[in-house]
Amino acid sequence: MTTTREVLIIGGGPAGHRAADALRARDPELATRITVISEEIHAPYDRVALSQRMESSVDLSLTAQTEWHPDHVSVLSGVAATSIDPIGHTVETSDDRRLPFDQLVMATGSSAPVPDIPGAEHIRVYRTIDDVDWLRDEVARLSVSLGRAPRAVVAGGGLLGLEAAGGLAARGAESSLVHSGPWLMSAQLDQGAGQALGRVIAGKGIALHLGTRPRDIQLTDDGSAVTAVRLANGQVLPADLVVFAIGITPRDELAAAAGLELGPRGGIVIGTDCRTSSPDIFAIGEVASFEGRCTGLVAPANAMAEVVADRLLGGFAEFTTVDDATKLKLAGVDVASFGDALGTTEGALEVVYADPVRGVYQKLVVTDDAKTLLGGMFVGDASPYAMLRPMLGAALGDEPGAYLSAAGGDGPASSELPDSALVCSCNNIEAHTIRDAVNGIGTPDGEACTELGPLKACTRAGAQCGSCVPLVKKILETELVKSGQTVSKALCEHFPLSRQELYETVRVTGLTSFDEIISTYGTGRGCDICKPTIASVIASQHQGYILGEGRAGLQDTNDRALANLQRDGSYSVVPRMPGGEVTPQKLAVIAQVAIDFGLYTKITGGQRIDMFGASLDQLPEIWKRLVDAGFESGQAYGKALRNVKSCVGSTWCRFGVQDAVAMAVRLELRYRGLRAPHKFKFGVSGCARECAEARGKDVGVIATDKGWNMYVGGNGGYQPAHGHLLVGDLDDETLITYIDRYMMYYIRTGDRLQRTARWMEEMEGGLEHVYDVVVNDSLGLADELESAMAKHVENYEDEWAATLRDPERLRRFRTFVNAPEEADPSHLRVPERDQVRPPTDEERAAGKGVLLSGSRIPVREGA
Amino acid sequence: MTMTTSAPVTDATTGTWTVACAGAELEPLWGETVLLAGRQIALIKLSDDELYAVGNQDPHTGAFVMARGIVGSRGDIPTIASPLHKEVYDLRTGAGLSNPALRIDSYPSRIVDGVVEVQLP
Repeated sequence: MTTTREVLIIGGGPAGHRAADALRARDPELATRITVISEEIHAPYDRVALSQRMESSVDLSLTAQTEWHPDHVSVLSGVAATSIDPIGHTVETSDDRRLPFDQLVMATGSSAPVPDIPGAEHIRVYRTIDDVDWLRDEVARLSVSLGRAPRAVVAGGGLLGLEAAGGLAARGAESSLVHSGPWLMSAQLDQGAGQALGRVIAGKGIALHLGTRPRDIQLTDDGSAVTAVRLANGQVLPADLVVFAIGITPRDELAAAAGLELGPRGGIVIGTDCRTSSPDIFAIGEVASFEGRCTGLVAPANAMAEVVADRLLGGFAEFTTVDDATKLKLAGVDVASFGDALGTTEGALEVVYADPVRGVYQKLVVTDDAKTLLGGMFVGDASPYAMLRPMLGAALGDEPGAYLSAAGGDGPASSELPDSALVCSCNNIEAHTIRDAVNGIGTPDGEACTELGPLKACTRAGAQCGSCVPLVKKILETELVKSGQTVSKALCEHFPLSRQELYETVRVTGLTSFDEIISTYGTGRGCDICKPTIASVIASQHQGYILGEGRAGLQDTNDRALANLQRDGSYSVVPRMPGGEVTPQKLAVIAQVAIDFGLYTKITGGQRIDMFGASLDQLPEIWKRLVDAGFESGQAYGKALRNVKSCVGSTWCRFGVQDAVAMAVRLELRYRGLRAPHKFKFGVSGCARECAEARGKDVGVIATDKGWNMYVGGNGGYQPAHGHLLVGDLDDETLITYIDRYMMYYIRTGDRLQRTARWMEEMEGGLEHVYDVVVNDSLGLADELESAMAKHVENYEDEWAATLRDPERLRRFRTFVNAPEEADPSHLRVPERDQVRPPTDEERAAGKGVLLSGSRIPVREGA
Repeated sequence: MTMTTSAPVTDATTGTWTVACAGAELEPLWGETVLLAGRQIALIKLSDDELYAVGNQDPHTGAFVMARGIVGSRGDIPTIASPLHKEVYDLRTGAGLSNPALRIDSYPSRIVDGVVEVQLP
């Protein structure tokens, strides 16, 4: 057995997380054991997305590519490294431990500097989750205590300063921004772009003070609170809150004390192998000084982490250039730059479109022959960014002006990205990797990734900041067209239409009969694909009894019997328990039904009870008892709302801030019976602890102290997806309006068997488009969507009650037409853990198992 | 009225015509099961003059469920799809269309004076 090497990583930020993750993924033989020392108590999170946290308490946790096994990776949270001994190969920690290492990775990041001016102790920074959470809470607290909008002064007109000022304004503060440069983002943007950005920011109600800096912070007499900020130009800005975001200082103090070589402007000097001056110590991310400077961007940090992981396992990877492409993550403000955006290359030409009135500025920097792309800068409309950034250093297929969308250029048709173009800079994925994956090269099992979701999961392209997703999608489509496997939208051989087109056809024509629909718009007799699809489309729009009016034969396996078919031909039965709430009396009914019919019982993943092993002819008898006791069909069989999972909420829980159960029950009663392209689930959590796992649901609702955050597009299952925040802090009625619109838009436009996560991913514009449709009503559909939902709510009827009411309908539940009293001889049972189950094939062959007969089933031990 | 449908695929002269059920029990495009001499047989009526009888056992799983599958067509072939894993079979012959290694039993059938009969081997 080889000895395991100890790898210590100091720092639990994105760089440290990425290094641990990359090492874990590249080291299946477990040659290394990884310990991450992280002084923050949070699990490693995505600092790039802090602005989202400003909007609401979203979870920014980074997910690991490969599951971290505790024997392989351990994370010491809330522990700081206090000293490093490079010779003895040990690190001392704040909890008085001395950890040995074979190799050490410094990923200590940087801190936000605060200048030494009077009142500096009242300055806050914008750097960590705790900072952002504090700012959010402070704005809320000040609003109440002051009885007016709090005044916030933000110093620093770079990316972080803009995000902070924008975030504070969005929380209701009166923001002003002080920046020492002559225009915003003066380190990245030229004058034209900076001025266009200034116009956009001022348009958001943020006051700008350029070319000056804070001189002191003025306080109340007792020194307990801020009253104003005095600027170097003498102006005094009234203030209740002061935030500085004026750059970053590498946290190199441990390295300095250990005698490692530091860069001219701080930071730990590294070479292309990411080694420091001590051969067993590496440095990555913001603390690493490469070619004399430190970079505060995630893409180079990730690249360095990958290089270190490779080197630790004996590889020779090198870190060569810093990709300093940047994109501002602030709602409604598009700013991006990449490459030599300032045109410093000798002879560089700048092709510019500027519209100061609209606040739009677009610029390409090209070589003196106008053929090679050197960089670009976009303000107000950054749509060409995703396409152009990977072409950095490559030949442009057309004249540069064609790429400027604001000038009417819609991108050249001819150009195709070179194979070596870097599409995803966060994860360093080149175009050819994506093309290969689409064609099944280099993927697990050689499986071709012909859909966006699997393609992202397989290549990791677009899996971090997401800005390249439109481009990844475009590459996918181009490759599919090339290989002739253009995804035909035709549903099946019987219909040339897609589900969406069929939905519209049914909506416009009002047709409700499959025969009419297929004779007008299709051919043949249909099949197991188009029949259930059309049944669902009709059910979503007309809400009639699904086994009535010639529609029974269209229904898929489970819908046909209003129960779930199991492997031996018997069924399982799930009564609805809205929000997972059930009375003891009703539980007793379920228990008695299960005893009387000999059913196996199990709790489902959705807070309900499943009873297994009913034969077709027993279903009406079972449901008679359940309906009499006040139960309704749980529609566990339908492509419909399954359940709304909830935690116990504020009524009992000492942490809850809203009544999660009441909301869950309300939602379940509203959307029960609604048929959709795929099954869907909701979740409601009563606080940010998220015990209902709502972010794993198609619609997740999480309580805040002000209302509800609405998440969309989560699911478990084969391709798990975390829901994304759509809107925060909604009141009850707005929440329901938005869910109405969201679900109906999905039902109208989703593809067959496409869950909400994939639906949004495949849709042009993705989450932002859905937000626009649902919140801003950008398609003018809101009334239509809401009234379609109102119609559903009004016409809902429990399917089992409707079945039992009509003796004709009970005919569909006969096992044998010619022998109604006969039990199905194939339904055998064997005992297991005090219940019953169907025999295995071997047991069946050996003659084991007893026959179910009548409603009471004798089960003999060992029969 | 007498009506015969569905070409026999086995030697029809050696089998016994057995009464299955009244024709009125069958609804077009909705499969039903009959129990005949210990066999589970799925009856599928496509229209008043097109009836098929096939084995109710799904050859892929061994479960007796074929009558509960969705009826349709592939080209001109009338089909039924297993409700469990959706393998598609030719209703006329029982041949597996999506997986030729699988086959369901197939029986001649007819409606005589409003009564459904199946020829058992």
